[in-house]
Amino acid sequence: MLTAFLVFFPLAAALLLHFAKGAAARALALGAALLEFAVAVFAAITYVRSGPASLDFNLNWIPSAGITFHLGIDGLSLCLVLLTTVLVPIILLTAFRHEEYENPGAFYALVLFMQTGLLGVFTALDAFVFYFFWEVALIPIYFLAGAWSRHERRIQITFKFFLYTIIGSLFMLAGFVYLYMQTGPAAGSLAAHSSDLQAFYNLKLGASTQAWLFWLIFAAFAVKMPIFPFHTWQPDTYTESPAPATMLLSGIMLKMGIYGCLRWLLPVVPLGVSQWQQLVMVLAIIGIVYGAIIAIRQDDMKKLIAYSSLSHVGLMIAGVFSLKAIGLQGAVVQMLAHGVNVVGMFLVADAIERRTGTRSLADLGGLTRRTPLLSVCFLVMLLSTVALPLTGGFVGEFLLLEGVYEFNAWAGAVAGLTIIFSAVYLLRMYQRAMLGPESAYSDTITDLSGAELLMFVPLIVLVFWLGLFPGTFLHLSEPVTSQILTVVGR
Amino acid sequence: MLPLVLLSVFGIVNLFLGFLRSNRVLMPFVLVVLALVFGLNLLDWNHAGSITGLFDSPYISQMLTVDNYSVAFSGIVLLTALVLLPFSRSYVAAGEPNLAEYYSLLLFSLVGAIMMVSYNHLIMLFVGIEILSISMYCLAGSDKRNVRSNEAALKYFLQGAFATGILLFGMALLYGATGTFQLSELAAAIAAPANQTLQPMLYVGVLMMVIGIGFKVSAAPFHFWTPDVYEGTPTFFTAFMSTVVKTAGFAAFLKLLVVALPAASPVWLPTIAAMCVLTLLLGNIGAAVQSSAKRMLAYSSVSHAGYLLLGLVAGQGKLSGPAAQGIFFYSLAYSIATVAAFGVLKLVADQRQREDYAGLAGLGRTNPLLAFVLTVAMLSLGGIPLTGGFFGKFFIFTAVAPVNIWLVVFAVVMSMVGIYYYLRPVIAMYLRPAEPGVPQTPIVVDSFQSITLVILAALTLILGILPGFLSGLL
Repeated sequence: MLTAFLVFFPLAAALLLHFAKGAAARALALGAALLEFAVAVFAAITYVRSGPASLDFNLNWIPSAGITFHLGIDGLSLCLVLLTTVLVPIILLTAFRHEEYENPGAFYALVLFMQTGLLGVFTALDAFVFYFFWEVALIPIYFLAGAWSRHERRIQITFKFFLYTIIGSLFMLAGFVYLYMQTGPAAGSLAAHSSDLQAFYNLKLGASTQAWLFWLIFAAFAVKMPIFPFHTWQPDTYTESPAPATMLLSGIMLKMGIYGCLRWLLPVVPLGVSQWQQLVMVLAIIGIVYGAIIAIRQDDMKKLIAYSSLSHVGLMIAGVFSLKAIGLQGAVVQMLAHGVNVVGMFLVADAIERRTGTRSLADLGGLTRRTPLLSVCFLVMLLSTVALPLTGGFVGEFLLLEGVYEFNAWAGAVAGLTIIFSAVYLLRMYQRAMLGPESAYSDTITDLSGAELLMFVPLIVLVFWLGLFPGTFLHLSEPVTSQILTVVGR
Repeated sequence: MLPLVLLSVFGIVNLFLGFLRSNRVLMPFVLVVLALVFGLNLLDWNHAGSITGLFDSPYISQMLTVDNYSVAFSGIVLLTALVLLPFSRSYVAAGEPNLAEYYSLLLFSLVGAIMMVSYNHLIMLFVGIEILSISMYCLAGSDKRNVRSNEAALKYFLQGAFATGILLFGMALLYGATGTFQLSELAAAIAAPANQTLQPMLYVGVLMMVIGIGFKVSAAPFHFWTPDVYEGTPTFFTAFMSTVVKTAGFAAFLKLLVVALPAASPVWLPTIAAMCVLTLLLGNIGAAVQSSAKRMLAYSSVSHAGYLLLGLVAGQGKLSGPAAQGIFFYSLAYSIATVAAFGVLKLVADQRQREDYAGLAGLGRTNPLLAFVLTVAMLSLGGIPLTGGFFGKFFIFTAVAPVNIWLVVFAVVMSMVGIYYYLRPVIAMYLRPAEPGVPQTPIVVDSFQSITLVILAALTLILGILPGFLSGLL
């Protein structure tokens, strides 16, 4: 019951927002998001005290087809639920900063609507419920990215994004339908088939069937993450969307893909995974190097972060597909760390853009003098992204590289370049924007206000928490990742 | 039976009400009649038409039967007519002199539709189709002073009459081969070993019937009339045509194929499958290249005929189970979304004088409600989750998957094309800047229409979120 409340509460708040205006709408949206975070913490406490069984929610959804509305929270889900509920208030606060948005109430409502979709994806334990929420998450982000963007090519960019992701997910749906047709009836059900996650895990399909099923299901995840060469929608969409939408896309939505691989791909078609493992590894590593090299050449801060995100995601995919316990664990920590880092980086880029009206590194420079707080926040986020020890990024990337190295030493070596590359392009960005020769904005720029600083505080706390005590989260996800590997290894 | 009787009687009463020379009473009257008939129809659920005690099914020498199947599909067509009615407000406001006739024709056409879903005898099927079609021919030309409307009526009538001839010829051949019009007797006669020598006659008859009904439901390659007729017909009647005719047509189609002709499936199954592929292809590609929203909806209705044809492929010799269920749910979701889409489009077209995508520009700002309802309708027609259209497709696809997986794969690919053109009105409403010629004043919507639109959007979302309550009916 708690899980269902957790998933649907933001939606209810979004509907209520229809009746609120101005400051009341802000208060309602933020209040709902904070309450949602409290509920997530409560769910975490419940989980630690009494295990996942107490968070199971199972309702007959379409009895004649054997489809149940099955939600549940285990360690892996919990990590992502916490990430989502922490980031959404920060994203809403970012949206509050943008006074120029038309019809802001609708914007906040869509962010909360999106949260329902995301939480549904992270807690679904039935294939069609998973697919349902997967698409539910797409509708609000399409409008967030398109309707509030001021870029002239926004229609083409968001259209491309929508079409790419929906085509990917239709392939996944086709795969799920095929799997569903292979299942037997669930215990105590009148329907001939079942779409429960466990029923999918219990299927033992032939290797040749799994080989093509793998691509049907992986298509959706590959586009969402995105993995090279399915990434072409990503840089433009990240760059031209309004800042809060970019944060949702990069901070949370991207994790849907990796989470999907862990929960709905590896254990469902293990033989397919082992057949295509090497190809995916190669694509992931190409993505790492490719994203990094392009990032080095960027002038637009948002675009630079977008390509850096592409590079970092490549490493996460490589870690997942190494099929090593340490790689999977690293992916979990890095999902959290990357979520925090990338939202922090976009927050910085947005703060600078709001003050100066530009994101071009060529126009910026010498900003540190008037903005000590912003510089510090920027630096912390940047160093965590570069994976400096003591930060969350370090733990995640170290574990991931360890996993990739165990898979293949050469792959590990090439993937390790990610750390060097990201140091190159991120420090270059910091140097061009904050240090260096003075620019037109050096004297007029204002530092972070107290309220803005407050948005960075939870992010910075999380960066160090993940860096110093990763055990909190590793401990949560360990049973799940080892269970996944048992299913894969069988 | 009571719905049929009441619709006919009140249809005639309504004609006399037309003498009052006041349009005010007509709409409330028709609304009450439709609500009453809709309610009475639902009472027949699980009672085989005998709930009132006046009539017992089957009727008229066993030529009509009321069972759950017919009640379900009659329910859809009556509901569609009911929720469509508010959008005829502009006729009332404009003082349309022939409104009573229009409404009566609508009521009579519903009689035809209900006969089509409850027939048990090919004569009744034919009579039902004709009652429905002839009303539609008249209504297509109801905008007398408009050349396009006249063209639509003439095209529809000429081609429709031709198709009717083919249908009738098919029935005659079928009768020649089997000696009966009764559905169950037909099935027995076709399966009987004694009749095997008459197979050529039988098969030609079956094919001609498939072609005749295929024309009525605008299945390719018999769909060429659809875009022109839909575009020329006044929008209110286009909406009626693309929902009621299609729902009744497919209910009749499924009944014919699975009750009367299961033994002839070697001839109709590949035909239907080929028509399905062709319809999906031509409908979707045709819709993707349109610049008029109304014409896009016309082609999209062709493509939806393709998905429904897909459902026919899964018919397994009975009027219940996944195939019937899928077609029922799909027709319902499709009808509701189509009425919503045409309703919004009609309001926009009446007040902005534009039927293309550009005419929708800025609607998200000027009329958030209209924009929201049209968005929900488009998402539903596109088959995106959270809307009824998704589960319509889902039920049909899962029903067909065990029979023919490649057809399903093709249909999934085609629905990707569908998303492309269903998104275009949404983009026009929310993202595109207004063109110079398009007025940006809010569109006037009276409260009755607003409430109807809200109900339609809510129904679509309910079907998409809680499909369980309707999914086990048949």
